[in-house]
Amino acid sequence: MVVAALIVAAIGSVIVGLSLGAVRIPPGEILSILWGKLTGAAASGTHDAVLWHLRAPRVVLGLMVGAGLSVAGALMQGLFRNPLADPSLIGVSSGAALGAVFSIVLGGVLLPTLPFLHHAGFLPMAAFAGALGVTLFIQRLANTSGYTAVATLLLAGVAVNALVGAVIGFATFLATDAQLRTLSFWTLGSLGAADWKIVGIALPFCLGLVTLAPLFAGALNALSLGEAEAAHLGYAVERIKGLIIFLTAAGVGVCVAYTGIIGFVGLVVPHLVRLMIGPDHRWLIPGSALLGASLLVLADTTARVIVAPAEMPIGILTAAFGAPFFLGMLLRQRRKALWS
Amino acid sequence: MIEARQLSFRVRERELVRSLNLRVRPGEFTAILGPNGAGKSTLLKLLCGQLKPTTGTIFFAGKPLAEWNARDLAKYRAVLPQQSAVPFDFTALEVVLLGRSPYGDAGSQEALAREALRMTDSEHLADRVVTTLSGGELQRVQFARVLLQIGWKPVSDGRCLMLDEPISNLDPAHQHGALQVARNMARRGVTVLVVLHDLNLAAQYADHVLLMKQGAIVAEGAPTEVMTADRIGEVFSVRARITKNPLCEAPAVFVELPPR
Repeated sequence: MVVAALIVAAIGSVIVGLSLGAVRIPPGEILSILWGKLTGAAASGTHDAVLWHLRAPRVVLGLMVGAGLSVAGALMQGLFRNPLADPSLIGVSSGAALGAVFSIVLGGVLLPTLPFLHHAGFLPMAAFAGALGVTLFIQRLANTSGYTAVATLLLAGVAVNALVGAVIGFATFLATDAQLRTLSFWTLGSLGAADWKIVGIALPFCLGLVTLAPLFAGALNALSLGEAEAAHLGYAVERIKGLIIFLTAAGVGVCVAYTGIIGFVGLVVPHLVRLMIGPDHRWLIPGSALLGASLLVLADTTARVIVAPAEMPIGILTAAFGAPFFLGMLLRQRRKALWS
Repeated sequence: MIEARQLSFRVRERELVRSLNLRVRPGEFTAILGPNGAGKSTLLKLLCGQLKPTTGTIFFAGKPLAEWNARDLAKYRAVLPQQSAVPFDFTALEVVLLGRSPYGDAGSQEALAREALRMTDSEHLADRVVTTLSGGELQRVQFARVLLQIGWKPVSDGRCLMLDEPISNLDPAHQHGALQVARNMARRGVTVLVVLHDLNLAAQYADHVLLMKQGAIVAEGAPTEVMTADRIGEVFSVRARITKNPLCEAPAVFVELPPR
């Protein structure tokens, strides 16, 4: 039932996302333009170009990033056995951003000597490496005998976020005025770079994450009882942990590589889904993918519309809603005395 | 059936379990007793594979632990570790159904799960969210989960139920209830191994007692043989007197601190 409603919401958000913007395109016209694309009819008019070259890739990227970040959040919360684990809060997104910024800097300096840096896949790979490094690091740091200390987890996130802030700040210091605007992209996030090429590169990563994650649903349910308990129930816990870390790093890495750090999505979405359909990961993961996709497309549409014709970085919106939400959850956890 | 040969476990320079041999027989309730730090929980964690022994080999049904496939092992032996919190709002019934994970049929076993809850007197908790349960209630729900994991039909394969202080949070009625369930499991052919603190409860329910001190088994056998005043006094550093439990044939232990 709820899943059906979420599917309807996702379709609705796509229509809204395609329709609204600096130029309004009525839903009926959207259908006829998309139909024209399918049947190979000749392009006609500005609406056609706006829809096909600007909005459609942006909406598709929004769907993928929203689903990717939310599923990554759900996986991480299950893995760390804590509902406060979020890729942006615990530093995984920052790690990805660090990898991406490095690849851009290195790319600028070393491009003539190392041609592979020129390859379009290098940026997401670097972001993936950064995300993977940070996830492995905090997993080691915060995990003592199968139990994750939340305080350590969040403090590690603070440290990594500060480090990345410094690096990006340094880059800002060196940057020209024109580059400055693109740098804010990393810290506040934006879907503005979307085009079909980026969608094509990000698609396998996000699709991989969203389709493979449900395979771990049973294991994550068992992991809720504890790592030892999951092992006693017959799950190969160490291997599963490794695969989940790899999957989330890949998903977060590619999202950050093309949209910067969009915070709190991975925290808020799984939490909302748990409120709707409970903590069972068999439903939580697909539910998070659907709700995350819808919410991110709607947030991006809002970011495009409220200050039109300019554009607000989407991270401002997600943080404005997500941060109070996070505080509320902290208070709730403290009351439950789960804080340790 | 659980067997261990020359089992040792060392952390840095400390030897927590020292070259220990043991055999836990099917159809018996075996209790591990001993003072704090004697290595009871460490031994149980070694036996269930949660810790890797420094030396020695563990066998389940005659087959070395390392050669067991994880899922087959999960069908052969269930382990109830000491309490840990559940971070998400699962219902008690959902937690119990996780006991069917190794079989992959959790969706169709709700009746069986309710039966397991009934065995631990927690059927009324089925739809409660586990994060709102008291420590004792959660302990009973977790006990129901491991019962569901290996089932309670009479068996001849010597499958194992390993419990680490399963009654630490329970009131007297539920302590006896849980130990009765464990003993009934033993009567149906299950190998039951339980870490206990309460000497009198162990005396009342165990068929076989392993008395541990400083990582070694200092005595084992039937409670009446093992639990003598001298031995209890020596192992637990107390002054002990043994009488007969007026309610049953088991020994009853009374202790006080020795005079300084």
